Amino acid sequence: MSPSGNDAARRRALAASLLERAPLWRAADQRARRLARAVSDDAEDAARLADDYRLLAHDLARARTLIPQTRTREYLEAAYARAHAALYHGAWHLGSELLKLFRDEVPAVVRWLAPYIVWSTAIFVVTLLAGFALVHRYPELIALFASPDLIASVEHGHLWTQGLLNIVPSAVLSVQILANNIVVSLIAYCAGFLFGLGTLYILGLNGLMLGAVFAFVSQHGLAAQLFAFLAPHGFVELSVMCLSGAAGAAVGDALIRPGHATRTESFRTAALRSGKLLIACAVLLVGSGVLEGYVSPDPRFSLTARLGIGIGYWLVMVALLSGRLLRWPTAS
Amino acid sequence: MSRAAPELTVDSVTGIDVSLAVAGPGARAYAFIIDWHIRLVVALAWYVSAALLYNGHLSLLAPDTAQGRWFGLVLLPAAAIYFLYHWVLELAMRGRTPGKRMAGVQIVARDGSAPTAGALLSRNVFRLIDCLPVAYGVGLIAVAFTDEQVRIGDMAAGTLLVYERLSAAPAIAGALLPGSPLDAAGLELVQELLARWSALEAAARSRLAQQLLARYGGDGSVAPDTALRSRLERLTGT
Repeated sequence: MSPSGNDAARRRALAASLLERAPLWRAADQRARRLARAVSDDAEDAARLADDYRLLAHDLARARTLIPQTRTREYLEAAYARAHAALYHGAWHLGSELLKLFRDEVPAVVRWLAPYIVWSTAIFVVTLLAGFALVHRYPELIALFASPDLIASVEHGHLWTQGLLNIVPSAVLSVQILANNIVVSLIAYCAGFLFGLGTLYILGLNGLMLGAVFAFVSQHGLAAQLFAFLAPHGFVELSVMCLSGAAGAAVGDALIRPGHATRTESFRTAALRSGKLLIACAVLLVGSGVLEGYVSPDPRFSLTARLGIGIGYWLVMVALLSGRLLRWPTAS
Repeated sequence: MSRAAPELTVDSVTGIDVSLAVAGPGARAYAFIIDWHIRLVVALAWYVSAALLYNGHLSLLAPDTAQGRWFGLVLLPAAAIYFLYHWVLELAMRGRTPGKRMAGVQIVARDGSAPTAGALLSRNVFRLIDCLPVAYGVGLIAVAFTDEQVRIGDMAAGTLLVYERLSAAPAIAGALLPGSPLDAAGLELVQELLARWSALEAAARSRLAQQLLARYGGDGSVAPDTALRSRLERLTGT
């Protein structure tokens, strides 16, 4: 037999011996799947996973050389990847993943974003004061910030929020408001993708509008009523706006100043970290929307009750974002 | 010239890296279209059945009274099914959806593991950007022009869409026989053809059998169906 014939025969014999190990691969793969789904609490199973991993690695290396264009090699690649994930990352539980997100990851993001939160709040407050001053000095400019219906309503001496419950039921109102707020919040964040300019624009515009409307209603003696309407939900809603803006600003900053990393890598890192805050923001806006639908337009709530609810909910938000609200599950 | 499909390679202490093939725009679009149809059909089914039950007669329109209940029972669940489909299912199915499963793809983190809840949720936040201006234009452009074929949501969340490789072992019924003309790939092909023999049309299986027999040195001449099957079985030694 020629040398090339000998080599082919040798490779064939090695491939044949490799294929005989298929039952071992199946057993290893089934064990890795059981452990990844956390449907096995057998200690022996877990201990054998390391042996399985080595077995699969060894056989995969041989398969890549001996039988590269086969489904057997493909299967071994998949089984090896599953064993790797099971060994290095453990089982995946939705509940513990969510708990980890809200208890550990979101508070860490808030701490990291602290300077951005300060700056976005400052921008919001400055533009709010600017909007107030602008309309206070030039009342006709309210047309730039408010709809004709809103202007007409205030000029007739009543807020557009009065009798809102007679027009739209609370449930509908809540869902409309929370959906709108969540979308605005997400857009404020995603707009950070435009090197932070989009976020700056949305924050500034919202600040200007709120300030302008407050100036306009105060000129018609309705400022106290508007404050009473905003009190139950507004503290959290406006805070969330600043938080979303801070997250968007962090993404924009990562794109403007990527540091030693590439722009893509810097964006990825900033977005992955700051995006987690948006999840908490969306949850908080659901509560805020419910309050805005059920409490804010309801005249039966006194100002004291409204302030109590608003401040109380704001404190819940602070507890959630600082991690204190969910820390009890690990207390021992 | 074709471009090689990118792969996610994860180092391992064994020295044998873990390799996962990254899914391209075709697989992404295929999965999305399946998911879109599923969520549309389920949301519409909810709306129609809930509206019919609510109205008590053949009408899908909202009644003039009881607006809040109509909203809560008919509209809101349908909207929730449509808009929260990806958010909820990707979390519950660890980076998969029915569409992704049918397209044979799944979301993984950059180390090859299942993504965290935060990453999955962040990935969906950025759909707002990816879906601009229409039909996921931004997302598709990003997929087409990035080395790892990722949309902006994936960049932000540190995730990749990879092909799910074979989840079931190929049917290796016997080892390679000494002296058999079959190599490992040929053995797989012949065994798969034999396993699917009854499911295939007679003309198609005969044609495939003749081609395989001719390729691996057997008698590939025209013969009755059963004779071809017997020749293939002899080739595998079964």
